[in-house]
Amino acid sequence: MTAVSKLLRRSEAAVLAILIVVMIVIGVINPAFWQADNLFNLLRANVVIGIMALSVLTVMISGGIDVSFPAFAVAAMYLTVIAMNAAGYQGVVLPFIGATLIGLVCGLANAFFIHTFRMIPLIVTLGSASVVRGLLLGLVGTSIINIDRMPPSLIAFGSSTVDIGGSKLSLMLFIYIGIALLMWLFLTRTMAGRAVFAYGDDAESAKRVGFNTRRTVYLVYGLAGALAGFAGLLHSSMIWLANPRDFVGYELDVIAAVVLGGASIFGGRGSVFGTILGVFMLTLIKNSLIIMHIDNTWQGVVVGCVIVIATALTAWRDRKALV
Amino acid sequence: MAEPLIELRAVTKRFPGMKALDSVDFQIFPAEIVCLAGENGSGKSTLIKIVSGVYDFDEGELLVAGKPVADFGPRAAIAAGIQVIYQDFSLFPSLTVAENLALNRLLSEGNTFIDPKRRRQLGAEALARLDVAIDLDATVGTLSTADRQIVAIARALMSETRLLIMDEPTTALTGREVDRLFSIVREIQAKGIAVLFVSHKMREMLEISERITVFRNGRKVEEGPTDEFNEARITRAMTGHDIGHERHVWAGDDTTVPRLSVRNLSVGEAVRNVNLDLHKGEIVGLSGLLGSGRTELAMALFGMEPHSGEIRLDGAPLRLSSVQDAVGAGIAYVPEDRLSEGLFMQQPIARNVIASAINRVTRGLFLDRDQLNVLAEQTVSDMRIATPDIEKHAGQLSGGNQQRVVIGRWLLTNPKVLILNGPTVGVDVGSKAEIHRRIRELAISTGLAVLMISDDAPELIQNCNRILLMHRGEIVDCMDAQSVEEDDIHGRLKGLR
Repeated sequence: MTAVSKLLRRSEAAVLAILIVVMIVIGVINPAFWQADNLFNLLRANVVIGIMALSVLTVMISGGIDVSFPAFAVAAMYLTVIAMNAAGYQGVVLPFIGATLIGLVCGLANAFFIHTFRMIPLIVTLGSASVVRGLLLGLVGTSIINIDRMPPSLIAFGSSTVDIGGSKLSLMLFIYIGIALLMWLFLTRTMAGRAVFAYGDDAESAKRVGFNTRRTVYLVYGLAGALAGFAGLLHSSMIWLANPRDFVGYELDVIAAVVLGGASIFGGRGSVFGTILGVFMLTLIKNSLIIMHIDNTWQGVVVGCVIVIATALTAWRDRKALV
Repeated sequence: MAEPLIELRAVTKRFPGMKALDSVDFQIFPAEIVCLAGENGSGKSTLIKIVSGVYDFDEGELLVAGKPVADFGPRAAIAAGIQVIYQDFSLFPSLTVAENLALNRLLSEGNTFIDPKRRRQLGAEALARLDVAIDLDATVGTLSTADRQIVAIARALMSETRLLIMDEPTTALTGREVDRLFSIVREIQAKGIAVLFVSHKMREMLEISERITVFRNGRKVEEGPTDEFNEARITRAMTGHDIGHERHVWAGDDTTVPRLSVRNLSVGEAVRNVNLDLHKGEIVGLSGLLGSGRTELAMALFGMEPHSGEIRLDGAPLRLSSVQDAVGAGIAYVPEDRLSEGLFMQQPIARNVIASAINRVTRGLFLDRDQLNVLAEQTVSDMRIATPDIEKHAGQLSGGNQQRVVIGRWLLTNPKVLILNGPTVGVDVGSKAEIHRRIRELAISTGLAVLMISDDAPELIQNCNRILLMHRGEIVDCMDAQSVEEDDIHGRLKGLR
């Protein structure tokens, strides 16, 4: 097999090809699509979903699924902002560390139940999501923190840009790319990352080879929680408000993006590059629906179709590979 | 004599309610090939798990290179040079061959980061050691079973291996692949590595091993150099009694209208113009290499593969375009892979047994529970399924008993033709004899016509009156089972290339 045909067989190549076609079609329908403003907005819209998708990617490679990340993200975000306001703190680094830690703790709780009681990840994360959201609204509060009460340091951070060749690109984009690079290194170049693949491919074999599978489970869900927490606060600093009821319905978008990026629902397969493409594809579709003034109730229909078709395709591919 | 590589002295292992191993002494010396024989539940798997550090034991001593070792865990076993290849190979199907090979080493070295070049190089070295060519960049899931096994062996040999344990290594291999495996095993031995085989297949044990140890009910019952053993002696030691090997004699008349008559049957390219007659009470064997089309032929006769040609049952033309057609006509099929195609593992025996004959126990829309239980009990006793009751889940039974459940289920439909695909693969000797006895009995008493697809030459010879060989979709040979010998069949199979 030549290098080219190998490349073409990779699912990333298929996603990339479809992506280019979709972009050309959208550009023809609506030339405004190609304006720099729109493209920058589009990229900016990738950031939060993208970071969450990377967390879900790791979970899916390990053969699990996580639907609790939106709840963890919202909890980390809201608690951190409230704490900042209460302390009158004006910084950026510490709050992000705090939000990440909140997410980490929630994720480790998922791992505890999944590993100790051999529970199905879907059930555990559905439950923990519901508990976390409930506790947040019940104990902490239900009021939206608007721009007038948002910590200015966060707002400033969320709108900071990097000057490249005269055009200003959002700093958030570079954070996203940085995290993606780190995740790629982790998944492909570290033993712990390969352990995630091995565990998702065949947990029993992973144990026999000598992987510490307990550590892998804690790592996967802990990392997923931590990334969700980080993404949560990042989201709030980008939109200048903290809403304790935010991120509803993100589960579907993010999982759709990951599946679209070629990750296997059965575990063992998936890539950072594919996921980034999947996220871009999904935001592109949603963005163009908005540009085309299509009612946003229809967006749910589209995302639902995308997830079913993409899952069907990957399942079909995986079955074919097994025969 | 040299010091044993590993030695067990009076080792006892208890599980709740039973002794899995009862004061067992066992030794393996460097560079010897030992076979461990025994029926399911005889203690041989427990022994492997103790030697590989997976299980602790309750009494006795374990010595590595002459020194007693306390607290012998999996890591200690690997450090002592003991590697196990399990039946499922423990490979990662989505990862590449290179990564599968290199993971162990990379892991045991305690690496944090991975160098892809080194990973590939480790993989290449491992394959070079066995002198085999397999694409390092292929994902393991795309390889054949035999190649996967070789990857597993290559992986096991990457560390300083002194003892390689293989659990049922030949079950899923064809004759030619078994030969390749054995030549690899002999090469391994030449490097000073001991090999411990666990197998049901006596012929293979006799061919490859130098020493045989037989277990029964947790005790070592016989041990000695292989040339002192023959199949009958192993069988006697394993089961505790002699198992008759009389051949099936068919007294029918082949001039009458055949029960099943097949003319010019083709299934795509897999089966080409096959003609076949099965008479009442006949047991006809069908063998051939994997991919010879024999499974496709069976599936076509069970309505699962679209086909062309003529099929007649008792002289009447028959259209088989679905499984329902086949079942309705009285054709039953016991598939090759009972785990995925035959049994509902999480369901009780009773429901498994009744699954194909559900219309015999329905009253209107409802199940007649009493009738269901009567039929299930009757099948359990007819097939001599070893179970305390019919509520036990199929997944909890041994391989032999599971197979009896599948066969028993089809017999409840009162079939005219029974197609068995690998009826005793992975089934121990005692169960095997029991299954054979029942099939022969049925053929004689009810006129059931049986098509038995198998790789197991003794099985074919003992049970069939005719043995057909299939190759590249055609039936190329027909042997009279009364006069043919095992070596004959093996020879002809090897001749098909």
